[in-house]
Amino acid sequence: MSAERKDIDIVEETQIKPYTMNFGPQHPAAHGVLRLVLEMEGEIVERADPHIGLLHRGTEKLIEYKTYTQALPYFDRLDYVCPMNQEHAFALATEKLLGITVPKRGQYIRVLFCELGRILNHILNITTFALDVGALTPALWGFEEREKGMEFYERVCGARLHANYFRPGGVSQDLPAGLLEDMMEWVEELPKFLTDVESLLTENRIFKQRTVDIGAVSKEDALDWGFSGPMLRGSGVVWDLRKNQPYDSYEEFDFDIPVGKTGDCYARYLVRMAEMYESIKIMKQAIEKMPDGPSRVNDRKIAPPPRAEMKSSMEAMIHHFKLFSEGYHVPAGETYTAVEAPKGEFGVYLVSDGTNKPYRCRIRAPGFAHLQALDFMSKGHQLADTVSIIGSLDIVFGEIDR
Amino acid sequence: MASDALKDLADYIIEKLAGSVLSSGFYKGELGLNAKREDIVRILSFMRDDKECGFRVLVDICGVDYPDRVGEEGRFDVVYNLLSLRHNHRARVKVSTDEQTPVPSVVEVFSTAGWFEREVWDMYGVMFAGNPDLRRILTDYGFEGHAQRKDFPLTGYVELRYDDELKRVVYEPVKLTQDFRQFDTLSPWEGMTDVQLPGDEKAAIPAHGAKRAAKGGV
Repeated sequence: MSAERKDIDIVEETQIKPYTMNFGPQHPAAHGVLRLVLEMEGEIVERADPHIGLLHRGTEKLIEYKTYTQALPYFDRLDYVCPMNQEHAFALATEKLLGITVPKRGQYIRVLFCELGRILNHILNITTFALDVGALTPALWGFEEREKGMEFYERVCGARLHANYFRPGGVSQDLPAGLLEDMMEWVEELPKFLTDVESLLTENRIFKQRTVDIGAVSKEDALDWGFSGPMLRGSGVVWDLRKNQPYDSYEEFDFDIPVGKTGDCYARYLVRMAEMYESIKIMKQAIEKMPDGPSRVNDRKIAPPPRAEMKSSMEAMIHHFKLFSEGYHVPAGETYTAVEAPKGEFGVYLVSDGTNKPYRCRIRAPGFAHLQALDFMSKGHQLADTVSIIGSLDIVFGEIDR
Repeated sequence: MASDALKDLADYIIEKLAGSVLSSGFYKGELGLNAKREDIVRILSFMRDDKECGFRVLVDICGVDYPDRVGEEGRFDVVYNLLSLRHNHRARVKVSTDEQTPVPSVVEVFSTAGWFEREVWDMYGVMFAGNPDLRRILTDYGFEGHAQRKDFPLTGYVELRYDDELKRVVYEPVKLTQDFRQFDTLSPWEGMTDVQLPGDEKAAIPAHGAKRAAKGGV
C-alpha cells in the first residue's frame, strides 16, 4: 500500500446536511398530485415545501373566454369531490351582480344538494384519511355509501360528478318524481353507517395514536394562516358562513356548528364526523319543508324557458337560442361571494365589465391556504405524521391548482 | 344595501388612515377601499389590530389586469379580501401597480399571504418586495411569461408531449390544427338602442326599459 496515508478527521460534530426527500407526485397518501420536498433530520421533518400546480388547467383564464353559462361547468372540475358546492358560489356571485333572487324551491333544492355534497365530501375525506393511517375497512364501506349519494346527483342532473346543476337563477331542472322520498330513505339509514365508521375509528387505539396531538394549530395560528371550514372549527373558532353570513335560506334551518377543542388532526376528524350528522338534519328539514313553485327565476333573459313552451312559442325559442349562444349580459361591477364548502370558505371574486363574459373570475379555494400551512404544521413532526396531517387537511388538487 | 355599521367602519378607517386610504365605495353592500400601494402594510396591520376593525383573516389576494388603463396608476390591481370574525364584516382593499413597481409584501402581517402573492407574481408578474419566497407556484418549472395577463394568449406558446423516440417529454412551440376560434357572440341588437337607424328619426328612440316592457307584453 502507498506510504502516504491520509487521515480522515472525524470529529464528533461533523454536520451532515439535512436529508432531502421527495414525496410524490405519484404517492397514494398525497391525495392527488402533490409533490412534497421534505428536508429531514433523521425521521424529523425540518421543512416541507409543497410543489403544486401539476394539475393546473388555467380555469380562471378559461372562464374569461367563456360566457357565464359556459363558465359554470368549470366549477365542477375544481373540487370534484363535492361539485355542486362550487357551482353554488359562482351562481350566487352571478346572481348578486344580476340582482335577482332565486325562488324558494330553487333555494331549498340547492341547500339539499349542498348538504348532500358535504356528506359525500366528508365520507371520502374521513375514510381516505383512515386509509392513510392504516385502516382499510372504512374506505371500503364509505365508497358504497358515496355511490348511493352520487346516484341522487345522477337522478337529478344526469351526471354522477360533473353536475352542472346549479345555474345562476336557480337549478337547471326540477326534481324528478320520487327523488325526495328515496333521499329521505337514504338519509334515515345514513346515521347507522356513520355510527359503524365511528365505532371503527373514534376510540381506535392506532387511529388515536396517529392523530391525537398531531398537527395541532392554535386559534391565533388558524386565523393567521387563513384557515376556514372544519380546519378553523377544529381549532375552536366558532365560525360557519351558513350561520354567520347565511345565503340561500340557510337561516331557516335548524342546525348546530360542531367545534373542536384541541386543533389537532383528531379534532378535525371529530368535527367532520359531527358535521355529517348536522347535514343529515338539514337535509331532512329541506325534504320535509320543500316548498312548491318554480325552481328557477321566471326571467326569460336569464333562465331558459321550459321545453314544452319552446315547441309552441316563437319567443321562447328565440330566448333559448340567445341564452345558449350569446348568453346574458351581467351589469358591470364586482363582488366577492363566498359559500361554506365542505372544505372551507370557497369564494368567487367576480369582476364584470357589462358583457356576456366575466372580465375576471378569481377562485378562492380553501385547500390552497390549508396546504400552505403544511410546512408550519409538520415542522418537528415525524415523516409518518406528515401523512396524517395531509389527510386531515382534506385537500383536493382540482381546487388547489385550478 | 350596505349596512350602517359598515358605512361607519368605512368612515372610521378613512379617518384613521387619512392619506393612505384614498377612497371608499360600496357595491352590492360590499365595502371596497382604494389604497396607496406604499402603505399597504400599514393599512392591513391597522385593520388587523384595531378593535373596531378586527379583520383577523386575510381571505385572498388576487390580481386583476386592465391593460388599457393609462396613467401613472399602472395596469394591475392587487385586491386583498379581508374578513372580520368579530364584527362579521368583509372588506376589500385595492392597490394598483405596473410591471416594474413592486408592491410591499404583507407576509409579516398575515402568514397566509405568502402563497397568494406567489400566485399573483406567477400569473401577472406583479412583484412583491419583501416576500421571502417569491417563486412561481402554479405553472411548470421553467415557464416563461405570465399567463393571466390579458395579452397572454389562451393557448400559450409552448406545448409538451411524450416523445417515444427520445423517451422523454419534449417541449415544442404550440401548433394548432385549426385557428383559435373566438366567436363574437355579442349581439348588435340589444346595443342598438342609441344608434340612429335610417327611418327611425321619425320616431323617438325608445328607452331600454320601455322596449323590454313592450317585448314582454307581446
